[in-house]
Amino acid sequence: MPFWACVAGTVMIACERRSKAMPEHFGYGRPATEKEIAVKAIAIRPDGKGLPAGSGTVQDGAIVYAAKCASCHGGTGVEGPFNVLVAPDTVGAKPFDQSSKRVKAIGNYWPYATTIFDYVRRAMPFNAPGSLSDNEVYSVTAWLLHANKLIGTDAVINAKTLPGIVMPARKYYVTDSRKGGDGPYE
Amino acid sequence: MSQKMTRRHLLLGGAATAAVALVKSSFGKTVQIGIPEAALDPTKQVGPLPGVLGTRSPFEHPQRKPSLTSSQTPLQDLYGMITPSDLHFERHHAGVPAIDPHSYELMIHGMVDKPTVFSLADLKRFPSVSRICFVECSGNFRKPDKEDITPQDICGLTSQSEWTGVMLSTLFKEVGVDPKATWFLAEGSDAAVMSRSIPVSKGWEDAMIVYAQNGEAIRPQQGYPARLLLPGWEGNTSIKWLRRIELSDGPFMTREETSKYTEPVKDGKIRQFSFTMDARSIITYPAYPSQLQKGWVEIRGLAWSGRGKVRQVEVSTDAGKTWNAARLQEPVLDKAHTYFRYLWQWNGDTTAIMSRAIDETGYIQPSLEQLITARGPGTGYHLNPVTAWLIKRDGQVVYSPEKWK
Ligand code: HEC
Repeated sequence: MPFWACVAGTVMIACERRSKAMPEHFGYGRPATEKEIAVKAIAIRPDGKGLPAGSGTVQDGAIVYAAKCASCHGGTGVEGPFNVLVAPDTVGAKPFDQSSKRVKAIGNYWPYATTIFDYVRRAMPFNAPGSLSDNEVYSVTAWLLHANKLIGTDAVINAKTLPGIVMPARKYYVTDSRKGGDGPYE
Repeated sequence: MSQKMTRRHLLLGGAATAAVALVKSSFGKTVQIGIPEAALDPTKQVGPLPGVLGTRSPFEHPQRKPSLTSSQTPLQDLYGMITPSDLHFERHHAGVPAIDPHSYELMIHGMVDKPTVFSLADLKRFPSVSRICFVECSGNFRKPDKEDITPQDICGLTSQSEWTGVMLSTLFKEVGVDPKATWFLAEGSDAAVMSRSIPVSKGWEDAMIVYAQNGEAIRPQQGYPARLLLPGWEGNTSIKWLRRIELSDGPFMTREETSKYTEPVKDGKIRQFSFTMDARSIITYPAYPSQLQKGWVEIRGLAWSGRGKVRQVEVSTDAGKTWNAARLQEPVLDKAHTYFRYLWQWNGDTTAIMSRAIDETGYIQPSLEQLITARGPGTGYHLNPVTAWLIKRDGQVVYSPEKWK
């Protein structure tokens, strides 16, 4: 349509539409290569998708933990000074909604074991994030699961076994359903 | 005059420098300030000439209040809906990263037709949009345990800016998001490699990738050179220093959406993906540490809702017995801090003043008691109760402590 056609009636509407329309594609950016995706896509899903090759044991994890984690999280994972990693619950602990004091930790609050691997690999140790090898992350994950009484001493943690661990808190998780409006408050 | 005229000569004739004095800030902290010379009669001395950057008056000292993990906006020192960029609250989990804008890249991949890497220049070429909205941390609450705390202490983890960038929907179209994708992971490039799962629907609705704040490049503390912005949603989801978006058919269950940013609710349940910030308001004047005098007082404050516009703000000056509508300052924007005012005459009696926001869904800001009754005393995030200020007979204004049951 020539430019001067934008003068009357339906022709004008058609013309306006065309000038306002956004193109489907601008063509900016460059294609991401398979290789860079493989390097950068570090997130682990609860079904285990994204977990790398390798494995770890509770025994190896104890060595990693003592050397690289205990200074901040305590010798057994409860002493601090930073986050408590091992649930210190005694039998008959109150549900979390009934107590603002109950300590939340992996064994009593985390819904998925895969989150431990994902988080430790990306963010820990706090003073050297991203410095652990995949096997070290698997091992320290195994140690944390064992310390929280979720796996036995001989368990081997890898891409197959980690997503299969059922976390005790998982059954308590609900998705937000607040909708605004005149209540009830939730 | 043969000698080359310098700015310094022009101003001071080469004589004195500024004097220094110690003053008390609003937190009672002693700070050192420079006092301009000859302040006694500014008409008798030429002032500083134009400079490369403007400055605050040396008499003004708004300051954020930093802790190890966050830094709060001094709400009681501000007069409008926009938070000056250097007073915007800060919350991050492993410090502020230094990112070179020339090597910055955002990768979008996963369930898309064309996995793509965008440079900052690429992002800036797309059609851009500006929007004024608040960002509030879902942990923006302090237990009401004592009298001498300010609006900044109670809810200084909310701030508002004009943000500019590209709609995420524009980028979604560009890369061809698979209609079967239901969630995306947003990941930052700080040392926490902060990551959250976000429903794709929010991406199509009003999510943005922003690179400018209040007209200039985003501050490093706010995600320089580019961050995700999810209007009305808990601040943590607006991932700063955004480096990667991965489209997926389920949430990733990151630590920040399981161990943290979830809240215990009734019957031992743990509520997850509580994205939206409920309506809230707070009187920022008069509030601790202000001192009131008998007579007319303009009560002032902020109200906002993550679900849309603030419909009304009501103020009570008799400890919650009766409520009256406050005036709302235009513009009243969607998911934005709205400034309110209410003119009142204080007769010198002891009383409590408070405000409550009502948003366009009809939601009325609850009391702390209502929240705890609904969720249980173990609740932690998303607390938005009515805040009361106690006015004592001598005009002292203090926070009114409440029991945590
Ligand atoms: C220099 C101190 C330091 C060291 C060393 C350290 N951490 Fe941490 N860790 C922290 C801090 C601080 C946090 C809280 C970070 C936050 O909230 O963003 C944390 C959080 C965690 C969490 C999450 C806790 C929760 O409840 O959400 C896990 C799991 C963890 N660390 C595991 C480890 C492991 C495993 C190591 C050793 C490989 C380690 N940390 C070493 C300081 C440290």
